[in-house]
Amino acid sequence: MSIDNVLKKFEPLPENLLPILKEVQETRPEGYLTPDDLRKVAKYLHMSYARVYGVASYCSALRVVPKGMHIIQVCDSPACQLMGATTVLEELKSLLGISEGETTPDGLFTLETTSCLGVCGVAPAMVVDEDVWGNLTPDKIRQIIESYREEETR
Amino acid sequence: MSSKEMVTIHIDGKEIHAPRGASLLKVARDNGIDIPGLCYYEKVSPTGSCRLCVVKIDGRPGLVPSCMVQVEDGMKVTAFDDEIESVRRGILEMILAEHDDDCINCEKNGSCELQDLAFRYNLGRELRTLPSLLDVVPKIYDDSSPVLIYDSHKCIKCGRCIKACFEIQGKGVLSFAGKGLGEYVVAGIENWADSACDGCGECVQACPTGALVEKPVYGVRVREIDVDRKVVTTCPYCGVGCQLELWIKDDRIVKVRGYDDIPNRGSTCVKGRFGLDFVHSPDRLKYPLIKKDGKFVEVSWEEALDYVASRLSEIRDKYGPDAIAGLSSAKCTNEENFVFQKFMRAVIGTNSVDHCARLCHASTIAGLVRAFGSGAMTNSIEEFLNADVIFITGSNTTETHPVTATYIKRAVLFHNAKLIVADPRRIDLVDYATVWLQQRNGTDVALFNGLMHVIWKEGLMDEEFIRSRTEGFDEFIKVIEKFTPEKTEEITDVPKEKIIEAARLYGSAERASIVYAMGITQHVTGTDNVLSLANMALLTGNVGRESTGVNPLRGQNNVQGACDLGALPNVFPGYQKVTDPNARRKFEEAWGVKLPEEPGLTVVEMMYAATQGKVKAMYFMGENPVISDPNIPHVKEALEVVEFLVVQDIFLTETAQYADVVLPAASFAEKNGTYTNTERRVLWVQKAIDPPGEAKPDWVIVQDVARKMGYDMGYSSVKDIIDEINRLVPIYAGITYERIRNGEKLQWPCPSPEHPGTKYLYKDRFNRPNGLGKFHPVDFIPPAEWPDEEYPFLLSTGRILYHFHTTSMTRRTQALPQYVEGPYMEMHPDDMKKLGIEDGEVVRVVSRRGEIKIKAIASGRVYSGSVFIPFHFAEAAANMLTNDALDPISKIPELKVAAVRIEKIE
Repeated sequence: MSIDNVLKKFEPLPENLLPILKEVQETRPEGYLTPDDLRKVAKYLHMSYARVYGVASYCSALRVVPKGMHIIQVCDSPACQLMGATTVLEELKSLLGISEGETTPDGLFTLETTSCLGVCGVAPAMVVDEDVWGNLTPDKIRQIIESYREEETR
Repeated sequence: MSSKEMVTIHIDGKEIHAPRGASLLKVARDNGIDIPGLCYYEKVSPTGSCRLCVVKIDGRPGLVPSCMVQVEDGMKVTAFDDEIESVRRGILEMILAEHDDDCINCEKNGSCELQDLAFRYNLGRELRTLPSLLDVVPKIYDDSSPVLIYDSHKCIKCGRCIKACFEIQGKGVLSFAGKGLGEYVVAGIENWADSACDGCGECVQACPTGALVEKPVYGVRVREIDVDRKVVTTCPYCGVGCQLELWIKDDRIVKVRGYDDIPNRGSTCVKGRFGLDFVHSPDRLKYPLIKKDGKFVEVSWEEALDYVASRLSEIRDKYGPDAIAGLSSAKCTNEENFVFQKFMRAVIGTNSVDHCARLCHASTIAGLVRAFGSGAMTNSIEEFLNADVIFITGSNTTETHPVTATYIKRAVLFHNAKLIVADPRRIDLVDYATVWLQQRNGTDVALFNGLMHVIWKEGLMDEEFIRSRTEGFDEFIKVIEKFTPEKTEEITDVPKEKIIEAARLYGSAERASIVYAMGITQHVTGTDNVLSLANMALLTGNVGRESTGVNPLRGQNNVQGACDLGALPNVFPGYQKVTDPNARRKFEEAWGVKLPEEPGLTVVEMMYAATQGKVKAMYFMGENPVISDPNIPHVKEALEVVEFLVVQDIFLTETAQYADVVLPAASFAEKNGTYTNTERRVLWVQKAIDPPGEAKPDWVIVQDVARKMGYDMGYSSVKDIIDEINRLVPIYAGITYERIRNGEKLQWPCPSPEHPGTKYLYKDRFNRPNGLGKFHPVDFIPPAEWPDEEYPFLLSTGRILYHFHTTSMTRRTQALPQYVEGPYMEMHPDDMKKLGIEDGEVVRVVSRRGEIKIKAIASGRVYSGSVFIPFHFAEAAANMLTNDALDPISKIPELKVAAVRIEKIE
């Protein structure tokens, strides 16, 4: 679906900025909002470019630079922190060979942190794309990452 | 009033009286209690984000940011104790952890609020407890703007720039991007140049650190501590009259700041802040020039003055005084205009003195004098803030009067004003408007009559006002009767629903202001258009009160003053008619000579008189008619045929090329005097530097020529001229040198030294002999030239933000041409497709008068069938095409409507 078709679905009201950006991003195979996307949305909503870029670059659900095929977000909220989120993050860093905010050279994974996922009962937790993974241990993390890698090679 | 109610509070035991609701931080600082703070900026709403201004308030838990607290009676505040100071120190450390304190190479060194606080809290690098986070703070260094630089490593994320852009300028171009340590200020999406930023620099002025700094557009990087002196003066560009602070080093302007006073309160536009380097242009005229064998040769003042005086005397004696015509200047000071018109009248003996006001607001003076009694803005710029409805027509205010536009935008954004825009082009203010009426060019009278028809039919007029304060209603309403919404739609193309909506809005407002400019005045029906707007204000009683009125925005810095001081062929200074024997007697006694009785020639008439052989010599002070006047081919012919032409200017302009003698003048920065801004306010112009070479102030030169011709004006300073103006011009009688120099910014009429000046006109009576406002029955008359088969497009001309008048100043700046380099034509994409023209393609535009080649750009601003060309640029001058058909009353030419043909260049 083109961006114009997405825009058509929404009234040009400022409060529609977030849903519009989210839906436009979903139509993008590369999974991020290009400068041209943002300009079109800004013009449609009569908002300044900076305002639209400000929101897009702030909201963790939105991306303004190319990302990996799978987005890994490790919860860094208190419950997960207490249950070992730091270990989870370190494990992922060494496993993927990248730092937080970076993407693996093969373009498969982007590593990020996120605020509370609302699954404190299974802390420490992370979310890969839409899938939530809890009660994480270094072993479990290795298996999860391996499963995504296999899926891609298949 | 409750908002002015005073309360008593205690800060650290000190009793303080302050108005209820004032910001606690401001109250404390005003009383000498220096609570620190970085995000607080008095001109915008408090943010409360830096937390440095925290205090303790009895009865409230914890520490609260004092900028966010409104004072209440009995409040007991602790501003300083060990705990608070320790918290502040900690906060400051955190800010410094993200800050690149490279003060050694920072433009803000010595005037940085963060540096001051770091010093105050003794936070040298080795004394800090937190490590620097600079390694993990992304460095965003954006120098893509022509006028400013942003550095995220100097930015403390206070948000002052973002709020200044939105809350002061009404633009909202800036925002925060990213989050956490990666947060930074962004304009546009990829960089500053990508944004709608127009370079006004309000953000730079608001920045507490070196994060946003001016680019060195004046040639050198300077810090405030390097500056030799700061000179407060009045901006030389448009009629707003912004107060500027020129920073001078080594006798050069090195930086410009907006000065916090009436009328701009510290704001400027891009031209005022970043466009004054023309003063130091190598092109400045430094010595008098005489054309010998077709070439200009530098000569001494003595030789130039002798030559001018003898040639003018010869021509006067041979052909009579009316064979000489003069153009005074809306760029020059009041005093210079006074001296120039005095020279033409008393020394030459002719009333043929005019200036470019003829081309902008002659119809305003004609119309408003007839309707109200005086030809000027009825109200003041700051009053727009409190209007309920603002009706703007024929004024692209954001570009032509940028700082006035900030008041209008703020009225809409923050004071609930409703904006009606009536303009054929989709100007920027349409984004702020409740209703936009897109009338066809040249159908203004029909539109206004249509609006008044609805106001009348729906009983929205002010009957009491009409009865007690006006005359001529019955005649007037007969014309209005036939302008039904249907008929109005037919003429104007504005849908009748919109006409009705706008009429109701304007008609039911308690305080409605009309604002207009050259889209109204530059028509063969210019005077009618103005009369029609005056009718609207009279009909609804929207004149003679605060935040109402009919407000022509005057274009040049001193076009109001040039008119006020008599640079017009039919009036002496102060609009005293040359045909009035009493007025004449007064000036004859003062000047000791017999004065001519008949009104002289206007701008366009002079040119025709020249080609008809009636005018033999011309003297132009600071005017460039070869670009600014309609029908340029004819103007050039006129300048070629006159026997003698003197041009006095700061540059060798297109017009000066035709001169026999060129006299080098001082720029605004090099002389003293006054300008009268668009709201009738007399503003001081302060000499900041010496003129280059042997250039002199215009009044000195004119006085010298007069002396050579045997007439001694006897002025030794600007004060002498002001004294004479006080004696001879009743509306300026009380605006004395002493009051001006004491910082009073008085608005005329100011009849005596005790008078406070007049904020808005016609409070109790109009300035007509019987004291009543007069309705004029004005019917619709089409423009002199409509598009037809041969010339199918309607051409309109106008101004743009980044250039001024004939660009002799703006093109000699470093920054402004980076925004807009040269000529272009706005054209509707549908029309371009039809003619097979690509965006950016150079085309030929032909009218009955001439033709130009110009780049066509696709623009949604114009409607299909119309094109727009900025008139500034000599190489594709819109005035090669414009029509010099004149308004019969005011003699203003129809610059806003001409029929043209557009051809592809094969």
